[in-house]
Amino acid sequence: MHAAVILFPGSNREGDVARALRLGGAKVTMAWHADSELPAGTDLAVLPGGFSYGDYLRCGAIAARAPVMDAVRAHAARGGLVLGICNGFQILCESGLLPGILTRNAGLKFLCHMQHLKVGRTDTPFTRLYRRDQVIEVAIAHGEGNYTADAETLKRLEGEDRVAFRYCDAAGDTNEAANVNGSLNHIAGIYSDRRNVLGMMPHPENLVEAMMGGTDGLPMFRGLAA
Amino acid sequence: MKARVTVTLKTGVLDPQGKAIEGALKSLGVEGVTSVRQGKVFDIEVETQDKSRAEAILKQAGEKLLANTVVENFRVEVL
Repeated sequence: MHAAVILFPGSNREGDVARALRLGGAKVTMAWHADSELPAGTDLAVLPGGFSYGDYLRCGAIAARAPVMDAVRAHAARGGLVLGICNGFQILCESGLLPGILTRNAGLKFLCHMQHLKVGRTDTPFTRLYRRDQVIEVAIAHGEGNYTADAETLKRLEGEDRVAFRYCDAAGDTNEAANVNGSLNHIAGIYSDRRNVLGMMPHPENLVEAMMGGTDGLPMFRGLAA
Repeated sequence: MKARVTVTLKTGVLDPQGKAIEGALKSLGVEGVTSVRQGKVFDIEVETQDKSRAEAILKQAGEKLLANTVVENFRVEVL
């Protein structure tokens, strides 16, 4: 598994995700936003978290129009894997690779804490080492994670079983209080129609070693490299 | 020539920032405000002196970047 982690001006989680990918067993190359091609042999393109272009205009809006995104689009169209975490998810939505948009958290606060998620389908390279409806605990750190889409898009996402993760409580219950940022249907992550593109707000890359306080993110990176 | 693109949230899209501003206005004693929706204004200068050409350029700018039409509308005015 060759992963390319794409660095935009203002990305700041590239080191974390590169470390998690290596721990999972992937070979990692860093790529640059102004590149017009991904490194040769890239199986997985990763858009890391951070604040690309200072969140100017809308989160991810300017990064989504960077030259490298044409290469990411072409990679996805060929069936290549793409993972966008946090700001990476915002970039994927702004680039049209995933539907919808991440808007300001309903409570207006920047949320930075541990969060339970319920895992959706597990027949994807991202989640194959999890169990369906498994409750995992990872970190969230975002101000704009409120997933919004029109009714038709939402119906399609649900109908095609493309919600990858939902915010829930420790027992896996998707009650109102567990929907930390006001996302539609508690959506924390979604897949593209072919399920080779995953965007998610939470940070699995920050829970991959016991010393980090948990390892619930590790199966994603092991599964990707398997 | 000078032009302005105004980006506004579509009706029905939750606007927590607008709500917070609305609350702040109330707490400042500004009376009679019933609702606030926050948007964005872009003052843009274009090379052309042709109004319809300017409108076409700004429409392209709005669609390609300035607005995310999932949740926002935009309006172009040539000043």
